[in-house]
Amino acid sequence: MKIHIPTPLRTYTGGLETVSVSGATVHGALVQLTTTYPELKANLFNADGKLRSFVNVYLNEDDIRYLPEKEAAPTQDSDELTIIPSIAGGCCCL
Amino acid sequence: MLRLDYDLYQALRAHGEETYPNECCGVLLGKHQPGIGNHVQQIVRAGNTRTDSAHNRYHIAPVELIRIQRQARSQSLDIVGFYHSHPDHPAQWSQTDFAEAHWLGCSYVITSVEHGKAVLTNSFQLLGTSEEDKRFHDESIEINLAATTAQTQEGKA
Ligand SMILES: [Zn+2]
Repeated sequence: MKIHIPTPLRTYTGGLETVSVSGATVHGALVQLTTTYPELKANLFNADGKLRSFVNVYLNEDDIRYLPEKEAAPTQDSDELTIIPSIAGGCCCL
Repeated sequence: MLRLDYDLYQALRAHGEETYPNECCGVLLGKHQPGIGNHVQQIVRAGNTRTDSAHNRYHIAPVELIRIQRQARSQSLDIVGFYHSHPDHPAQWSQTDFAEAHWLGCSYVITSVEHGKAVLTNSFQLLGTSEEDKRFHDESIEINLAATTAQTQEGKA
């Protein structure tokens, strides 16, 4: 299956936008990705091995946090995973 | 340095005037030129999902970002930055902007909109290698006026 890498993380994938991995689950695919590109690990996961809060991972059109199986969700070769850090901010110091 | 054509520069400022007194937000598509900076070739308006507090917060839905990233890919462009407006606040990044900035290497463009008129537009590149050492760097904006001239002439013809 394909994993789409956002611009800032392509530094760690040799500039690749799309990486192909095999993996029967979302978790398996992410493990394979970070095994191939170890420097990605610290950018995606915190010290407990959980996805950083601002890193969104979408399986096709679905946020994996809201899938019933979450990271254990099964995947097929035709699926696409997209890693997309959040975009937000605001003007006022509160 | 951030490079963009004058019409794109005007379009992102106009977006902030349209959404005033709320914040506008959008995505900059283009190419990163190593050693030079981000070159913007297209801007994509995004909807602000923070309807609860749209005057001082912005947030782009990840699904919308994915769609924009796909659009970029199909044109061989990359997401190189983002823009938003500061209604009646200076064109400087806030602590919230910094805390919520995660796209290292990308440009964050901020336009101050005072009483409905776009005033200053500044760009800040997010530098660093991780959340732990990230920082905003003031970058100059180089506006390509020639492209606009060409377009204006086309429009008149
Ligand atoms: Zn802001």
